[in-house]
Amino acid sequence: MNSDTLLSVRNLNVSFPSAKGDVQAVQNVSFAIGKEKIGIVGESGSGKSVTGRAILRLLPPYAKVDAEEISFKGENLLTYNDKQMRQIRGKQISMVMQDPKYSLNPVRTVGEQIMEAYSIHRRVSRRQAKEQTLNMLAAVRIRNPEQVYKLYPTEVSGGMGQRIMIAMMLIPEPSLLIADEPTSALDVTVQLQVLAILDDLVSQRGMGLLFVSHDLELVSSFCDRIIIMYGGRIMEIVEAAELHNSTHPYTRGLLNCLPKIEGKRERLPVLKRDESWLKADFSHTLSGRE
Amino acid sequence: MLKVENLNVIFGHGSARNHAVEDVSFTVNRGESFGIVGESGSGKSTVLNCIAGLLHNWRGTLEIAGTMIGHKRDMAFFRMVQMVFQDPYGSLHPRHTIDRTLKEPVAIHQLGDANKRVEKVLAEVGLGDRFRFRYPHQLSGGQRQRVAIARALILEPEVILLDEPTSALDVSIQAEVLNLLQDIRLERKLTYVLVSHDLAVVSHMCDHIMVMNHGRTVEEITRNQLQGGELCNQYTRQLLVASKGYDRAAIDQFQDY
Repeated sequence: MNSDTLLSVRNLNVSFPSAKGDVQAVQNVSFAIGKEKIGIVGESGSGKSVTGRAILRLLPPYAKVDAEEISFKGENLLTYNDKQMRQIRGKQISMVMQDPKYSLNPVRTVGEQIMEAYSIHRRVSRRQAKEQTLNMLAAVRIRNPEQVYKLYPTEVSGGMGQRIMIAMMLIPEPSLLIADEPTSALDVTVQLQVLAILDDLVSQRGMGLLFVSHDLELVSSFCDRIIIMYGGRIMEIVEAAELHNSTHPYTRGLLNCLPKIEGKRERLPVLKRDESWLKADFSHTLSGRE
Repeated sequence: MLKVENLNVIFGHGSARNHAVEDVSFTVNRGESFGIVGESGSGKSTVLNCIAGLLHNWRGTLEIAGTMIGHKRDMAFFRMVQMVFQDPYGSLHPRHTIDRTLKEPVAIHQLGDANKRVEKVLAEVGLGDRFRFRYPHQLSGGQRQRVAIARALILEPEVILLDEPTSALDVSIQAEVLNLLQDIRLERKLTYVLVSHDLAVVSHMCDHIMVMNHGRTVEEITRNQLQGGELCNQYTRQLLVASKGYDRAAIDQFQDY
């Protein structure tokens, strides 16, 4: 394991109890992330979001989470108590959620909320915190930070709301950002603009980014490496540039069933699911980074 | 088959006045599949809602199969034109079984033979008899969208209006639903008007594509033009670049239109 490794997860299992027995949402998931952009891709129910939330212990209390290792910068997060976890969340690892409408407090201005995220982790005066907030709003390319500072979450558009979320998550200067479908509710052009902001900030600050998404094409053009999940398991981990050469039947199936602008108007190949994917052992592909 | 001329829709008054659709005109031939693409707020769904009769405050001319249609629609209109909505979770009654959902339009239009029709249409959308007495919450998203399509088909319409029929579905399920829609169209010689934000879906499904932005028609292109990249308009070109994935250099060139 390299000293560059920020987060490493080994054999993460998450299950949710139900009347019909436990539902295994995530099974034996292992990966490591350094200062890079890693995408987690899968269909709904593949366990991609649950993986992200389990790392930050944001799952409901009835979820059963166990892992051999979840370590961040060499510290074992599994031994941390709730108070210690609060020091990690935001300051070290932060998370951007999918929908700014539900993730921001509707009765406080966005400026106050971003400022809180900053001052909670740092001993600074109100004035300094406000100044920092305005700088951050400018960094996510909001043209008139002073005005936006005073707005309520209902008064901003979806694209701006998502930028505000990103500002809020980046202001404590975390070393790792988990982004759970941060742009899937946005229009394509706005989506790419928001991603460009993320990309620039991540490379300027030398952060790691764990990008959860269902959009394989987008992730392959945006991230460095891709983790492909199905049924709570990792199917494979590929270099983004190598994605189109992947031989795994599930990855191939996902790629083929996308309609393409240049494509001929034939029937789209339909993904045929195979139970054996869930049993096959892909641990040899997980040795990962040197 | 369908002719829309100078369609105008205005929501709100005074400072909240929003000209949602401005002088939109297009024609769709019988058996054709026509696509409307645009970003959110471009007025693409509003156009569809006007045609379907869900909105009443429009001005302009609408013509279906050679007859003008006004703000009030008769039963014959609804037998001819049916709609499939975006959200398969919201568009089915949660406390009605699939059987009851599908029989309702048959009863309203007094077509009779309800059992046979339900059986036939369920088979057509690839759902067997075993789904017939289930409730929507017992189905997956893709299966629900199949039920929504079945509900539109059961009246044997000639025009189907599709409002983002696959945007709430996973890509693998999207492929199945798009295939189903294509098969049904060829089999029943239906006319489609498909609204989507996804250029790839529209180019897969449609021959003629209208691009909308801020309530106006930006341009009308054919599928071949889109594939060849022969676009006259900057906005359309930007959409095309954006739909090709993340490209840091290209994003700096983006403008607001």
